[in-house]
Amino acid sequence: MSLAGLFLTSFLVIHLLINLLILFDKSLELFNQAAHFMATNPLIQTFQYVLFFGFILHIILGVVLQIQNWVARPVRYERKGSSEQSYFSKFMIHTGAIIFIFLIIHFANFFVKAKFGHIDPITYDSGTYENLGQLVVMLFSDGGYVIFYVIAILLLGFHLEHGFQSAFQSLGLNHSRYTPFIKGLGTVFSILVTLGFIAIPLVIYFSF
Amino acid sequence: MDLTLKIWRQATASEKGKFVEYQVQNISADASFLEMLDVLNEELVRKGEDPVAFDHDCREGICGACSLYINGRPHGPDKGITTCQMHMRRFKDGETIVIEPWRAKPFPVIKDLMVDRTAFDEIIQAGGYVSINTGGVPDANAIPIPKRDADTAMDAAACIGCGACVAACKNASAMLFVAAKVSQFAVLPQGKIEARERVQNMVAKMDELGFGNCTNTYACEAECPKEISVSHIARMNREYLSAKLVSQKE
Repeated sequence: MSLAGLFLTSFLVIHLLINLLILFDKSLELFNQAAHFMATNPLIQTFQYVLFFGFILHIILGVVLQIQNWVARPVRYERKGSSEQSYFSKFMIHTGAIIFIFLIIHFANFFVKAKFGHIDPITYDSGTYENLGQLVVMLFSDGGYVIFYVIAILLLGFHLEHGFQSAFQSLGLNHSRYTPFIKGLGTVFSILVTLGFIAIPLVIYFSF
Repeated sequence: MDLTLKIWRQATASEKGKFVEYQVQNISADASFLEMLDVLNEELVRKGEDPVAFDHDCREGICGACSLYINGRPHGPDKGITTCQMHMRRFKDGETIVIEPWRAKPFPVIKDLMVDRTAFDEIIQAGGYVSINTGGVPDANAIPIPKRDADTAMDAAACIGCGACVAACKNASAMLFVAAKVSQFAVLPQGKIEARERVQNMVAKMDELGFGNCTNTYACEAECPKEISVSHIARMNREYLSAKLVSQKE
C-alpha cells in the first residue's frame, strides 16, 4: 500500500512537470514534444505497465483493507468520536474512490485518445508531433469540465496530505528527528502538487 | 449535578441491546465517573432493576480494567487518564452523557458496558513474553542497557492493555497495543533473542482475531490513557518487515 502509494506519488511529479510546460509555452511545442517523447521512448513505454500495476495494486489493497476495517467493527458507535490526528485519514477511501472515477474519465479523455484515437499532427521547426496540447486546451475551455477537474485535484491533495507521511510510518520510518520534517514536507508537497495541477486548467480557461 | 445518562443495555452477548436513558440527581462534582455509575446502580437495585454492568478493578488508573466509550471518546474527555480517574467536574450540570461499550468484532459485549478482551490475552500468548529458564536472579549489572533504551522500553511497557486504542480507532485496529508489547522487548537485549518470531506471531494472531488494519490516523495515541506513542507502531512495522525478509523457510 505504502510503496505503491509512494511510487504513484513520484509519477504525479513527472506528470505535473510535463503538464506545466503548457503554461510556459503557448505554442504548445514544449508540451507536445514532451508528450511525444513519453509516448515513443521504449523505456517509458515499458515502465508504463509497472505504473498500471502500481495503480491496480494500490486500489485493490486499499479496497481490501477498507472492507476488513469495516468488518472489524460490526456495531457502530452511537456517538462517533473524532480523535484522529491526521484529519484526512478519515476520508482516504472516499477521496480515493472519487479520484478513481476521475481517473477513468481522465483516461478516456486523454490516454485512450492519444493511444488509440486520431489526434491531428502539428509541425514545428523541431519536428511534427501529435497536437495533444490542443486537446488539453480544448477540454479546459469547458467551464464545467474545469470545475470537475479542480474538485478532483483538491481531493487528490487531501489524499496526498495524509498518504505521504502515512507511507513512511507504515514502512517503519519514524524518527524523532526526521518525522516532523516528513510531515511538514508531505503537507507542503500536497499543497504544491494541488496548486500546480489546478493552475493549468484555470490559466487555460481564463487566458488562452 | 443532575445528569441524563444514555447507556447501552444488553442482557447477554447473544441478545440485542439498546440504549436506555437514566436520570441521576445530586451527583457531587468531585465524584469519579465510576462513583457516579455506582450511585445509579444503587438506585436501580433499590428499585429492583438490573444494575448496569461495567468493568472496574483498582480504580487507581493502573490496572486497565475500566473501559467505557463516553461521549464519543474512550475513557471520556480527559487526556492521558482512564475512566476511573475522570471526575464529574469535567461535565456540565444537566448534560446528557452517552456511554457505550468498546466496539470491535474481537471484543464481544458480555453484558451492558462490559466487553470480552480475551483477544488481547491471546495476542500476548502468541509471543508477548521472554522465554527464560527460571533460576537465580541475574546480577543487575550483568547486562548493560543504555538509559535511552531502558526508557523507551519502559514507555512501551506502560501499556495497561485496556483496549482504548482499539475503541478509538476507526478501523478497530489493535496496532498500538501490539506495538507496545513488541516494543517493550524489541529494544532490550533479553527480548532480542526471540524478536523475529515474536513480532510475526503476534501480528499473525492480531490479524487472525479480526482486528482492523492501521491507517495511521493516530486516534489511538490521542486516546491512550498511558499516552503510548505511535512511534512504537513504526518500530513494530520495522521489526515485522525485517523479520519477514530474513526469516528462514519453515
